[in-house]
Amino acid sequence: MSKYRTRSNAPIFWGLFGAGGMLSALFVPMMIFITGIAVPLGFLLPAGTMSYPKMLAFAQNFIGKGFIFAIISLSLWFCVHRVYHSLHEFGIHAGMGAKLLCYGIAMLVTVVCAVGLLGLGF
Amino acid sequence: MSENHKIIEIEVLRYNPESDEEPHLEVYKVPFTDDMSVLQGAQYIKDNFDGSLTFRWSCRMAICGSCGMMINGIPKLSCETFLRDYYPNRIRIEALAHFPIEKDLVVDLSGFIEKLEAIQPYIIPKEPKTLAEGEYLQTPKEFNAYIQFTSCINCTLCYAACPQFGLNPDFIGPAAMALLHRYNMDSRDGASASRMELVASEEGVYNCSAVGYCSEVCPKHVDPASAVNINKANAAKDYFLRFLSPKGGSK
Ligand code: SF4
Ligand code: FES
Repeated sequence: MSKYRTRSNAPIFWGLFGAGGMLSALFVPMMIFITGIAVPLGFLLPAGTMSYPKMLAFAQNFIGKGFIFAIISLSLWFCVHRVYHSLHEFGIHAGMGAKLLCYGIAMLVTVVCAVGLLGLGF
Repeated sequence: MSENHKIIEIEVLRYNPESDEEPHLEVYKVPFTDDMSVLQGAQYIKDNFDGSLTFRWSCRMAICGSCGMMINGIPKLSCETFLRDYYPNRIRIEALAHFPIEKDLVVDLSGFIEKLEAIQPYIIPKEPKTLAEGEYLQTPKEFNAYIQFTSCINCTLCYAACPQFGLNPDFIGPAAMALLHRYNMDSRDGASASRMELVASEEGVYNCSAVGYCSEVCPKHVDPASAVNINKANAAKDYFLRFLSPKGGSK
């Protein structure tokens, strides 16, 4: 082991990963059920639950905006972190390139998501 | 031994650094009784078939931590693993995974010893006390906070179980982290800040991807995985709050 140790910057990614993991575990199964099963099949929920005006209103609301942003962005940070570490575990040590690609995707979608949500106005 | 003993086939990973290019397997037919451990099986081979077979052991009662080996691919203490549980199948014993092999079943532990030294495995008091001031007292609650992490016998089974240590031998690893945590959690100790440099470094806790197999194979229920994961949270706190703390945390 080297004597002069470099501090790892992992806490940033690990923090986003942890937050995203928690959020995914709590909300994503429910989201899949609502958006993928219940609404398209007209099951349990009233028709038009996710109609355009309703969703627009949701996305224009302060809390709704935050919710959409957190779910999309943090889940993705969680995902890419897992993918990056799984690559390493499978013996693919793609190094900086893979790191940039994985976290780059999450960063990009985060920005797109933020811009999109802010663009919808309040 | 009498004729009515059962015979088990033991396949042993042999390696002699002086004559072998690489390790190879050899099979021995070992007569055994129900009370014989895998370690005794190895001893039988050494006494009857090949005196050069090399392995570590001492206590034969799961205390010294020196007899660890891969038994059918799982890291175990060979003195508390019994041949009868594998019979009539063949049993394969190999040197602990992820460590360089020195000879046969003996691995090179120098990297692990360095890690043990690196964690400052001793109590460093917050402020020194004179003899006249008396001893450092501890409540049962304070004692319970660290006692579990004192049970480690340095058998390194957890390192043989850890895929991340397999990928990066510089990773501080489960047992060293458990011991580090043991001192951090001790109410008499005041050196967690100076141990943080290692915890938060490139060799530190973030190499762990929370596989948890280390805790599963630990013969002493130390749960090194929890020590590692608690310290991920500690290191994250230190990372983000270090600029707020008066001493600036660890650099
Ligand atoms: S933590 Fe458990 S498995 Fe690891 S060295 Fe200590 S006793 Fe062995
Ligand atoms: S010989 Fe001591 S632990 Fe097995």
